[in-house]
Amino acid sequence: MVVNRRSFLRVTSLAGGGVLLGLVVKPPKADAQFGPPVAQVPNNFIKIDPDGTITIMAKDPEVGQGVKTMLPMLIAEELDADWKMVKVEQTDFDDTKYALQFAGGSLATPFNWDPMRRVGAAGRELLISAAAKKWSVPEAECETSAGRVMHSKSNRSVAYGEIASAAAAMPAPDLQKVKLKDPKDYKIIGHSQRGVDTPRIVTGKPTFAIDFTLPNMLFAVYQKCPVFAGKAVSANLDEIKAMPGIRDAFIVDGMVKPGTVVENDPGLEPGVAIVADTWWHAQSARKKLQVKWDEGKGASQSSVAFAQKAQELNQGAPAKTLRKDGDPDAALGSAAKVVDAAYTYPFISHAPLEPQNCTAHWQDGKIEIWSNSQIPGGGRTLVAKTLGIPEKNVTVHMQRGGGGFGRRLTNDYMVESAWISKTVNAPVKLLWAREDDFTHDYYRPGGFQFLKAGLDSSGKIVAWRNHFVSWGDGDKPANASTMGANEFPARFVPNYALHNTNQQLWLKTGALRAPGSNVYGFVIQSFLDELAHAAGKDPVEFRLALLSGPALPAPPPRPGGGGFAGPDFSAERASGVLKLVAEKSGWAKQQKSSGRALGVAFHFSHMGYFAEVADVSVSAEKKVKVHKVWVAADIGSQIINPNFAENLTQGAVIDGMGAMMQEITLENGAVVQHNYDKHPLLRMAQAPEIEVHWLKTNNPPTGLGEPALPPILPAVANAIFSATGQRVRELPLSKNGFSWA
Amino acid sequence: MSFQLTVNGRSTTVDVPPDMPLLWVIRDVLNLKGTKYGCGIGQCGACTVHLNGKAVRSCQTPVSKVNAPVTTLEGLSADGTHPVQVAWLEIDVPQCGYCQAGQMMSAAALLAKTPKPNDQEITSAMNGNLCRCGTYVRIRQAVHRAAEIGTTSRLKKPAEVAAAGTRD
Repeated sequence: MVVNRRSFLRVTSLAGGGVLLGLVVKPPKADAQFGPPVAQVPNNFIKIDPDGTITIMAKDPEVGQGVKTMLPMLIAEELDADWKMVKVEQTDFDDTKYALQFAGGSLATPFNWDPMRRVGAAGRELLISAAAKKWSVPEAECETSAGRVMHSKSNRSVAYGEIASAAAAMPAPDLQKVKLKDPKDYKIIGHSQRGVDTPRIVTGKPTFAIDFTLPNMLFAVYQKCPVFAGKAVSANLDEIKAMPGIRDAFIVDGMVKPGTVVENDPGLEPGVAIVADTWWHAQSARKKLQVKWDEGKGASQSSVAFAQKAQELNQGAPAKTLRKDGDPDAALGSAAKVVDAAYTYPFISHAPLEPQNCTAHWQDGKIEIWSNSQIPGGGRTLVAKTLGIPEKNVTVHMQRGGGGFGRRLTNDYMVESAWISKTVNAPVKLLWAREDDFTHDYYRPGGFQFLKAGLDSSGKIVAWRNHFVSWGDGDKPANASTMGANEFPARFVPNYALHNTNQQLWLKTGALRAPGSNVYGFVIQSFLDELAHAAGKDPVEFRLALLSGPALPAPPPRPGGGGFAGPDFSAERASGVLKLVAEKSGWAKQQKSSGRALGVAFHFSHMGYFAEVADVSVSAEKKVKVHKVWVAADIGSQIINPNFAENLTQGAVIDGMGAMMQEITLENGAVVQHNYDKHPLLRMAQAPEIEVHWLKTNNPPTGLGEPALPPILPAVANAIFSATGQRVRELPLSKNGFSWA
Repeated sequence: MSFQLTVNGRSTTVDVPPDMPLLWVIRDVLNLKGTKYGCGIGQCGACTVHLNGKAVRSCQTPVSKVNAPVTTLEGLSADGTHPVQVAWLEIDVPQCGYCQAGQMMSAAALLAKTPKPNDQEITSAMNGNLCRCGTYVRIRQAVHRAAEIGTTSRLKKPAEVAAAGTRD
């Protein structure tokens, strides 16, 4: 979102006194995935009541990334409000008012850093104008602090609330010309502010989508085929309907289009709905449910066959070349040393702790929805299309989500609840059992990367070749299963090739926190570590040398990419965090001892630079203990909410470690792992001490939720190698006999 | 079937199937939404409540087996002043916050038995509670802090705790 010449501040007076301040923006066309970009009506971000209460609207979905606190902080800072007097309210989804209401891509900060501050600053100037007029003094002589305008010459001051009504009659300041604060004067930004929902959470008040209720609401479960998009041919519906507490049971044919690749958010999936007085009645009835499924073409798939096929595909010529610099084959032929390694990693599941759920209320051709979706606009479109009603007849109320991690970037559960509510013509809460979530996720794609690199006699990388075997059909890749042509170390190795061959997959795949990066970082930084050891170099020094060597020119920024077209990879910034993490972890002074070692890695994604060092010991029984992790991060000039930023970063480390023991596998087309016991998260006993260091650089602030995660996997894997001599080329770690201590 | 329960000090009668887990009685019959559903198999701890002061998994406890007073997060204190609640607020433990009710109930049960737990005792009491966001570093800090608060003479009032400026 950009405040341009067509953006302006809309000032409205309130009937009972006070003022509303809205931003009208005409943002550039955004990425199609993230919904309608144009706002036509002022979104009233700020409300100032005569009693001094300042209400700031939080527009984006909150799923634990802290955005409901962070975006209002930006406004409050430039408004010079007293944060204690600020009340934050969640908006509904409304694309006529708010641009880009979604939670994804670590984009909230880069998209909103400038416009949110300008809205606040314009509000402050408006209040100054009102006070200056009231006192008949020049505006330039007035100052503000903590929700008051002051005129020190005459020793007068007035609270924002007292002049809010007068401010409503003043002309709106030009958003482009408002003066923004010098960061050294920040009182809210850069100071830790508690999560606005924390008081509700610690007292157990209804806070999440699953907690929302409506009068006379019914509860539903939705049984789908164990194989994706398999159809219910028949079921013992009469028996189910006769069970206690059951209101209805019916087969849904769904609307998944046949194809070779599953579309992103493919639409209503087939299944059997059971609607009951309580969720437990519905869930109990399900145990008696007998369905004859037509499993469809997915039924023959298995993880074992996928792995065999990948090996075969690697033997043949790659289907396409995503990037080629120099002559990698010739360079490999003449290299002093060649290192060959095959890396594999599994599908994994998002498994946010709040299971998928959605409340829908169909009434007279319109539907109201209460959802924790990360992309409510996409959900609205899908619901309208599926129910055959105009989008304006779909209202989406945004609810706090118990975790997101990308799972709620697709709206399968929203459209299911909408369909069920329409069918039974009543308000319905659909709640997936945990087993539904594990067996019907949009999985992080697994993959196979066949790497070969050559070193010259001085230990420099002269060639790098990767044959990336992934998923798709011809030119159509499966969701979230591609690799960018500029993925590091592209440009930094003179003879470089990234080849790609896909195999077919009939399974939903999608974005998991730091898509691609969450495992490409593991492959690339592990293989770099192999090369460092092969070259006989220190792993930190080896990486720094690579970063400081000659590089091919960076590609031009993607046109019209919105926040995605952020600063391109900077070797200087990557080196900065690598040096900092080496310093903080005492890398150069580490004591070599058998069974315990440090491992290092860095990764650039989502405009953020992270380097991490892990201190790991491995017992004779291959029990892995991560004692401590150091994180060094460069996400620009400003950490907006430091306490939360540290929390989120520590969480990313723990999340990434958890992913190292997880896998989703298929047998006869069905997912084998049904719950957390077979797809474990990290537990407290395994959580290391985590030290976070910010490297503030003169760059615009960027997002944090995603880029903090990727380096921890290779940092731990590289430490395991240094401690044991065993290189981890396959995830989960259990494939090599490792388990957490 | 009819069952007599005491939840957060209040006696109540519910008419539900005997195998209905206490979790769903609490959430959907008594309409107390603080206790959370996460896995349904006793793996995640989001549904932790106190049965006679002991931490139990309410998703694994059929209502017919409940023969002692039940306490949920809403019943820890009337006004958010239980040391665990104060500590969680002070340290701002939550990211998404979904698991925290279960975390806090496990912590409160630990502190009732062991007022000054060491790190090892905290780990063994809290290890059954998953946090998908990975707030374990802060959970540990908050348990220590709650232990500290619990042994001081006076509990802070909610207004003092909220002094950093957040509003409900």
